[in-house]
Amino acid sequence: MNKINAELLKKLLMTFGPSGNEEKIRKVIKEEIQEFADEIKVDALGNLIAIKKGKGKRIMVASHMDEIGIMVTNVDDDGFLRFTNIGGVSPFMSLGQKVIFDDETIGVIGMEKLDDIKDLKLNKMFIDVGLPSKEEVIKKINVGDVASFYSPFIYQNECIISKTLDDRIGCFVAIEALKKLKDTPNEIYFVFTVQEEVGLRGAKTAAYGINPDLGIAIDVTLTGDTPKAEVMDVGLGKGAAIKVKDRSIIVSPKVKDLITEVAVDNEIPFQYEILDAGGTDSGAIHLSRSGIPSGVISIPCRYVHSPSEMVYISDVINSIKLLIKVLEKEKINI
Amino acid sequence: MLKKFIREMVETPGLSGYECEISNVIEEYFKPYSDDIVKDKLGNLIILKKGNTGDRKKIFLAAHMDEIGLMVKQIDEKGFIKFTNVGGIDQRTLLAQEVIVHGKVDLFGVIGNKPPHILSEEEKKKTVKMEDMLIDVGLHKEEVKEIVSVGDIISIRRKMIDLQGDRISSKALDDKAGVAVMYECIKELNKMNHDCDVYAVATVQEEVGLRGAITSTYNIFPDIGIAIDVGFASTPELTNDDLSELGKGPAMGFGANIHPKVYEGLTQIAKEYNLPYQEEIHPGETGTDAWAIQVTQSGVAAGLISIPLRYMHTSVEVVDLNDIKNAGKILANFIVSLNLVDLEEMLCY
Amino acid sequence: MLLKRLTMANGVSGNEDEVRNIIIEEIREHVDEIKTDRLGNVIAIKKGKEGFPRVMLAAHMDEVGMIVRSIDDGGFIRFSLVGGIDERILVSKQVLIGKDRIHGVIGAKAIHLQDKNERNTPLKIKQLYIDIGAKSKEEAEKLVKKGDYVAFDSEFIEFGGNLIKAKALDDRAGCGVLIDLLKEEYDVEIYGVFTVQEEIGLRGAKVAAYNADPSFAIVFEGTLCSDISEVPEHSHITKLGKGPALSLMDSYTIFSKKLNQCIHETAVENNIKIQYRQPSPGGNDAGEIHLTKEGIPCAALSVPCRYIHSPSSIMSLEDFEGCKKTAKLFLKGIKKGEYVCE
Repeated sequence: MNKINAELLKKLLMTFGPSGNEEKIRKVIKEEIQEFADEIKVDALGNLIAIKKGKGKRIMVASHMDEIGIMVTNVDDDGFLRFTNIGGVSPFMSLGQKVIFDDETIGVIGMEKLDDIKDLKLNKMFIDVGLPSKEEVIKKINVGDVASFYSPFIYQNECIISKTLDDRIGCFVAIEALKKLKDTPNEIYFVFTVQEEVGLRGAKTAAYGINPDLGIAIDVTLTGDTPKAEVMDVGLGKGAAIKVKDRSIIVSPKVKDLITEVAVDNEIPFQYEILDAGGTDSGAIHLSRSGIPSGVISIPCRYVHSPSEMVYISDVINSIKLLIKVLEKEKINI
Repeated sequence: MLKKFIREMVETPGLSGYECEISNVIEEYFKPYSDDIVKDKLGNLIILKKGNTGDRKKIFLAAHMDEIGLMVKQIDEKGFIKFTNVGGIDQRTLLAQEVIVHGKVDLFGVIGNKPPHILSEEEKKKTVKMEDMLIDVGLHKEEVKEIVSVGDIISIRRKMIDLQGDRISSKALDDKAGVAVMYECIKELNKMNHDCDVYAVATVQEEVGLRGAITSTYNIFPDIGIAIDVGFASTPELTNDDLSELGKGPAMGFGANIHPKVYEGLTQIAKEYNLPYQEEIHPGETGTDAWAIQVTQSGVAAGLISIPLRYMHTSVEVVDLNDIKNAGKILANFIVSLNLVDLEEMLCY
Repeated sequence: MLLKRLTMANGVSGNEDEVRNIIIEEIREHVDEIKTDRLGNVIAIKKGKEGFPRVMLAAHMDEVGMIVRSIDDGGFIRFSLVGGIDERILVSKQVLIGKDRIHGVIGAKAIHLQDKNERNTPLKIKQLYIDIGAKSKEEAEKLVKKGDYVAFDSEFIEFGGNLIKAKALDDRAGCGVLIDLLKEEYDVEIYGVFTVQEEIGLRGAKVAAYNADPSFAIVFEGTLCSDISEVPEHSHITKLGKGPALSLMDSYTIFSKKLNQCIHETAVENNIKIQYRQPSPGGNDAGEIHLTKEGIPCAALSVPCRYIHSPSSIMSLEDFEGCKKTAKLFLKGIKKGEYVCE
């Protein structure tokens, strides 16, 4: 039977943290990992860095703790809020959704009357927090305030359905790996990065500071296993995904082979991932300084950037196993 | 020798991110003319030709050795291969193309399409999208799966041919022509006295975002960095009167990406030695390694030399060998001319 | 007036010489060290007192414009755009070409000769050319060459209620602010940077920030202001005359909340009008600065400018003064030990 620490996962998924506003999620993760790391620090952009000391290769493990969201651009006289996106927010996915602000105020997203729904854009949409006037609203919410999408955590059958699995599931994998990792021959930097959704920004500065020998990002990837989906050989329940390429990186064949070898040796189910759109923290890490060989372990996830993302527990467990085994590997040669 | 080198390069696969094989070929040719050759962490091939004096002025030359290509995305239930692109491929050039699928062994394949007889009038007018194309390797699904896996690379199968005069046609002349310029330049320098250390770098992953140039320039942090790439040569459908012409010399880049003194130096040398050159204006982004080189660390004086090339990113690109030879000569003489120059002073605004 | 000299100088991205020279001349006597780097950024350092942080201040010298591509047989000049210009504003404008500031005009076929369709179709850059009055290619080539930069020819005019009209307020307004700031004395160390090539991709700032290693940075900009009638309020971005604008988020940066709060407080406490720039697309040098090395917290304080990237931008002198005053008071108010990196 597949078992995971669902309580921790739920806490990670339900904690507020749109890009640039990672204070709360950083606190949650920090408290969770404190006793397992040899050293913990926070850098100028807000990346949380937990170090597990060792003598071998210096490996940076990056999972991003930020999530997509919205930022308020204007409050009109009737108290309706106009907003812009933080990261990849689709107007169509947003329609009819609820958002939650830092102070836990909840709003619903509405739209202006449109002749053709194809014209739907974020600037034709607004948030309604149910207050009658601007005066009432600005006591609580002002221009520049941010909100994340609001949706419940569901653990059903062998899967998790929730918002923000991108990339709290990656944070979860990293945290579990850190906890289970006893003695490692390598020196591991677990980095919970900020601002990935707006351009891999946290990973860029963290990688510069750490200057590791190897970078591994843990993030979600899309799948091709739904009706009439784009061609993609990744599916839920088929194992941890080892990235070959996306828009931000072509994984060095040596790193790809290294991770594959570990998966094969330990009989961990895996699949290769080619993602035609999107990128992840490794894209920034591998171009840091004189270049840092980097790879990615991805957790297959359907409906990414919607309030109802879905992953399989088995894939999560396999990703944790794979990450631990890679980090435990002696004499890594890249 | 030059033609032989180019032929060997363009007929060796070197897809972005998978440059190991092509870099070995290049290394062999440069070995007799260089002092040291290393591969860095991303796979850039760094060829060092030391200068006379120990004053460590560093000149960096960059030409990318990667080429665009394809990658296996899925093997379907009948054993046909679905694929995606690596770098900017024009999907219209792919139909009826022959390819090599680099699985556990190399497999010959053809990018197939429906015969014209069964196409509707509507279909004939539309471009076939890459996602609807298939590679046929003539094997059963089980056999294909045995040899090929998702993520394997695919290169276009194409032999280089000679055209009239000194013109040649092949795939991947973008930017093997540039690597050939570095080869000519380093060979010339072996006959000359130069003070600067010259780092000729065959960069990786240019086609997917100038990635090799970003890290290799950081590593070396030169005083001057010159990218050698290919530029658009004029053809009948391109009526703009400002494109370079084949055979009329390499084009010297000018614009914000290029340090004005580097441009001046290169053009003056060409005039002095009576070598033909053309000019290429870049209002902003040049889309070449020079764009990455310039903003490395606290800044690098960048230059750009383009070899005129027709039909870029097809498998029948055309260049004129004379442009390559002349570019090599101009570069070598420019490097020698720096012997007498205080770089700090020269590059000051 | 300094602002007049700054806006009348031409400094299309990649060719900032005129602006650089004015700036160096203006600040030379007020700073401890001044240098120009490999891209042409001007870096000016004012030493601070021990225990106080180093602060990077940045404004970009370059402006959008054009560059000569070729000259045709009739002596007409074909050009490309440098930076983001709306092609539709080009027709019927005067321009200055090259170091010798050769006069030219961008004309168009007379309305009488256009058919109905043409009148409603914007002219594309490929249809446009500059006429310098030369009778032939040979005559034109004596005055203009391929690669010469072309700037809008636009007078500096004071008008309306304390407003000015000029070209290149984005970002000579910021340069004006930074020059004035460098003339004051502070406890903090100032690493002042006048950057090149912002308009073609934040190029100068990227290298200028590399050796700065500041505790934080402030970027001074002339920023978007579309508070005009037909634009809905939620797309105004900033409002003219409502004081300098602090950026919250743009395409490249999420700005430091702490810096924003402190700068905002400084203005409010001193009765200076201040506003937040509505989060919106666009970007400024902070986009590169804040991701330099291990990261640098950034704020951007901007002067709202209507119609930027056109020959006729409009700015309020009150906002301009407010920007200077706010920054000055904020920098002077920094106490020993504050913001200092460990």
